[in-house]
Amino acid sequence: MGFKSYCFKKSLWVFHFGGASCNNCDIEILDCLTPRYDLERFGILLVGSIRHADVLLVNGSINRKDKDRLLELYQQAPKPILVVAIGACGCTGGIFAEGNTFAGPVDKIIPVDAYIPGCPPKPEAIIAGIVKLVKSLP
Amino acid sequence: MAVYLFYFLVFPGLIFAAVTGAFLSWFDRKITARVQFRKGPPLLQPFYDFFKLLLVKETILPKQGSPFIFLAAPVFALFGATMSAVFILLPLFNIKSGFSGDLLVIFYLLTIPSFSYVAGSLASGNPLASVGGSREMKLIISYEMTFLLVIAGVIMKSSQNFDLYSVISAQQVSSPFIGSISGVLLFIVAVFCIQAKLGLVPFDMAEAETEINSGAFIEYSGVPYALIKLTKYIMFLALPAFLTGLLLNGFNLHGINILWAVLKLTGVVLLLTLIRNTNPRLKIKQAVSFFMIWMNLIAVIAIVLAYFGY
Ligand code: SF4
Repeated sequence: MGFKSYCFKKSLWVFHFGGASCNNCDIEILDCLTPRYDLERFGILLVGSIRHADVLLVNGSINRKDKDRLLELYQQAPKPILVVAIGACGCTGGIFAEGNTFAGPVDKIIPVDAYIPGCPPKPEAIIAGIVKLVKSLP
Repeated sequence: MAVYLFYFLVFPGLIFAAVTGAFLSWFDRKITARVQFRKGPPLLQPFYDFFKLLLVKETILPKQGSPFIFLAAPVFALFGATMSAVFILLPLFNIKSGFSGDLLVIFYLLTIPSFSYVAGSLASGNPLASVGGSREMKLIISYEMTFLLVIAGVIMKSSQNFDLYSVISAQQVSSPFIGSISGVLLFIVAVFCIQAKLGLVPFDMAEAETEINSGAFIEYSGVPYALIKLTKYIMFLALPAFLTGLLLNGFNLHGINILWAVLKLTGVVLLLTLIRNTNPRLKIKQAVSFFMIWMNLIAVIAIVLAYFGY
């Protein structure tokens, strides 16, 4: 394990992209940053600009309008960037999968590194997913 | 020649100031976390952040705007911060060099980082960055005058000495300047100026995370952003150390007094952190009138009191 990847793992800055979600997943993501779960312990910060991000969290179903924006955000991000799909909607489409405006789950548009299923996933599940992702890095 | 390079690059310049400043910024984040009943980041977090940005992340240049100024701004900011840290810390550690410790030189060097941020943000071609840049500009205009008045007050109290060496030695032979009414007033004003210079919360409208997505720095990534982080760490040491030198009789590096020096520095940082955690962000208009009217008024009162010897 090199010095570079060690620093990268210890300081993951997160950018949150909410697609057409029912808003529950957004709230669970915010829960991770509250005092009870406190992701800053692991150096995880929520940043406001995609240029500072190391992880792109995507939740909610991606509809036709979101698709272009998600792709643009992914291209704007400085590499290396990890993509995490959160919730049943992000992973497969969930209850929106049959919808008229649905434009495919996240991995049809951009490569996804980790899937965290659940509707919505608990904060514990999100943290467990991120920990597994960090452990799988070289 | 070599000794000046040593001053600039190693001690008390770049490396020393950056490492100490990084620990101070960790202290700031840890206290913030404790205030919010969280655990907070590990001790080496600022280093992880810096090296991640420096070594791992890709640097993206703006398509519109001016890439040259965009890249030059962080370098200038880092230079200004390091230079001011050297000139503040040399008198504090009582190292005699060719520089006489002129307060006005330090004052001008301390403004370079802020001006570089403005230039960099305007060169990035991003509308949110230009909002951040214009706010930073207005903030500079409002607090610089006040900061100059604080320095004028200190000069007044140290019987018209313009250099940091004699300001510190004047305090060490008698008593620290903060032990008088005018000293307390100057301290209050200086703390708010430093808060604004560091861009901490009541005055963080230039990078307002939740509102304009880190404004002035929105387009920075990779190496230039790492340099900006480094500048911020150095400023986190330089400004509280400057305040310690101006009003709290500087450092005395004999035996147990080293502990006092560390306590003074962390005490000032603690005060800044507590202010930042207990206040909401002001609008730029409120910040301008806060400095232009109230802080200037208090500073002028302090200077008048100092003239009459209180
Ligand atoms: S996964 Fe469930 S909770 Fe999350 S956005 Fe979709 S419907 Fe809402």
